[in-house]
Amino acid sequence: MTNATTAGPTGPGDPKSPPRIVTGRFGLDRSWSLDAYLSTGGYEGLRKALSMAPAQVHQATSDSSILGRGGAGFDAGRKWGMLRKAEPVYLVVNGDESEPATFKDHALIEGDPHQLIEGALICAYAIGAARVFLFVRGEMALGLERLQAALNEAYEYGAVGANIFGSGFSVDVVVHPGAGAYICGEETALLESLEGKRGYPRIKPPYYPAAIGLYGAPTVVNNVETLSNLPWVMRNGSEAFFSLGDGRSRGTKILALSGHVRRPGNYELEFAKVSFRELIYDPALGAGIREDRGLKAFIPGGVSAPWFGPDHLDLPLANEKIAEAGSMAGSGAVTVFDEATCVVRAVWRITRFFHRESCGQCTPCREGGGWAEKIMRRIEDGQGRESDLDLLMDICDNIVPGVSWPPAQTTICVLGPSIPSSVASGIRMFRDEFLAHIRDGRCPFPPDRLQRSPAYA
Amino acid sequence: MVLDAGSRQRSIDVARLTDDNLVRARALIELYPQKRSALIPLLHLVQEQDGYLSPEGIEQVAELVDLTPAEVRGTASFYDMFHLEPIGKYLVAVCTNIACLLAGSYELLEHMEQSLGTHPGGTTADGMFTLEDAECLALCGNAPCVTVNWRYFGDVTPDSWDALAEDLRAGKLDGEVPSHGTLCRVRRTAGIRAGLDEGATETTLPPAGPAVELATSRTTPAVLSTLQPGAKATAAGNGVAGDGITGSNLTGNPTTGNGSDAQ
Repeated sequence: MTNATTAGPTGPGDPKSPPRIVTGRFGLDRSWSLDAYLSTGGYEGLRKALSMAPAQVHQATSDSSILGRGGAGFDAGRKWGMLRKAEPVYLVVNGDESEPATFKDHALIEGDPHQLIEGALICAYAIGAARVFLFVRGEMALGLERLQAALNEAYEYGAVGANIFGSGFSVDVVVHPGAGAYICGEETALLESLEGKRGYPRIKPPYYPAAIGLYGAPTVVNNVETLSNLPWVMRNGSEAFFSLGDGRSRGTKILALSGHVRRPGNYELEFAKVSFRELIYDPALGAGIREDRGLKAFIPGGVSAPWFGPDHLDLPLANEKIAEAGSMAGSGAVTVFDEATCVVRAVWRITRFFHRESCGQCTPCREGGGWAEKIMRRIEDGQGRESDLDLLMDICDNIVPGVSWPPAQTTICVLGPSIPSSVASGIRMFRDEFLAHIRDGRCPFPPDRLQRSPAYA
Repeated sequence: MVLDAGSRQRSIDVARLTDDNLVRARALIELYPQKRSALIPLLHLVQEQDGYLSPEGIEQVAELVDLTPAEVRGTASFYDMFHLEPIGKYLVAVCTNIACLLAGSYELLEHMEQSLGTHPGGTTADGMFTLEDAECLALCGNAPCVTVNWRYFGDVTPDSWDALAEDLRAGKLDGEVPSHGTLCRVRRTAGIRAGLDEGATETTLPPAGPAVELATSRTTPAVLSTLQPGAKATAAGNGVAGDGITGSNLTGNPTTGNGSDAQ
């Protein structure tokens, strides 16, 4: 049995074993229970926060310099500071994790639900929230059960509800299930959904829910991982958090590693201190590519991000470094393709995802996604034409003028502008492979070699 | 969709919410500052009761939140998890998105199509399984993954799927994989408390219902497979052996129970 007491950090200085800020309780017996939580410092961060003024809690968060962990990487303290001065104020926790290859919030909700509740309460106290809504992706049934059970325990314990821990601060927390729609991860679509409507992203401006959010009230929308950091920050101080990482990327980050590595999984690592090469090849992390094959490409931050090739392996996993190199750290989802991967098939599947999940409000996304998917599909099926590559790039250009990064926006939200990321990456990096599909009239990769998982071997 | 007469019958048998569910519905509405916010939780409740969004259920939800049935249907149809027509006993969603594709999910899906005799969107002739070709289900460390009535199974192979299907057909997993539409078996036990004057009573809540023991639920192994990769990562970094986790095929033989709990 893995015992948490034997799994403490080995010491500072090793980015591969930083303090386990958000995953520290993973592996504990019944890590989701109040007993396990209280025996490992649970709710101490909230008690400490309640002993301070709300503005001091806000300041501590700003000092920690924590960037949002949902994808956009917006400074959390700054986000709270943008709230319009009006009442009521709401806190909505974005647990609608659906970005393909991202599975960190799923693990946090199931593995340590009290940590999320405590983090949300700390934020609620700092911003004076009238109510907290924990929006959890509907498909995560066990996560919803664990979170609701934890919330029941927290009420019983006096950490939620009226006069929390005798401090005079009161707030209620509601677990709200989603119903299956990727777009509801976009914060304004999430608010629409929480209002009982179709998950249509709202027209901007107003740009930020901090001005006009849930029911038109000022609202903070923060990601699960972002808030899960707060109990540790309150217990250990913002300096301890800020001392980890580099530049604007501070603290730790969960990297969700998937694809053709030997050890896929969630890895909490010091932000900005580990390179993609280490993440993928370190024996304690990804442990290299299955069957010692070569690396073809990898996606650095979820399928909305442009791809990188082997020449980007030494880039550190830091928001600003990845942005400078032309992609994004996004949700922290790294997906690895080995040399036997059919790029056309991979791009087709990603494009199909965006097409299926488009809410349909904006023409470039609704139509462009569909056309790109159909063309990708015919290339994969051996029915492609040489002119298809220009046609695909033209569609990309219609969705994102100039096919630039960060994308110029023609749509209400960034779902549409994410379509060209993989299409253009695929064509730019692997043009010959597309042409081989077209000239040979078939996919050059034998299907049995293509997608065989280690489980089959 | 192929459904036998018995399944079709359900759309006539089922009606409005039961008394207990109506109490639950009213308690849900009280959790929100505006009634309409309870719409999606209420629709999940209808689906839990009826297995799909029955016309009568939609009508009643509309009455409860002061909308028209058309507005309710129009909202429900946006969301993948809601079914406006009856489906099979088990909703089997196979993730085919990028991480699962790289781990062979299309080959798995093809096998499932052949063994079940249906295609994504279809239901088996016996009304047992409805197959879905799903988007990323967020279990990418254990790809390919499948959910059955939203209970997760990771590292699924054609063989382990066959074993799982057999167990489901035999009713061996009835306690662990609830009926379709059942989302959260843990009921909220606290009403809204903040902002109430002293002496005021909090929202009335329906009885909590049968206790759900999460730790021993058979969905636990699937979840541990979510957690283990993370635990593995950090454990390995701290010199604790973390191997042998990805190799443990939790769905290969789900009836072997909770050996993984010991991890």
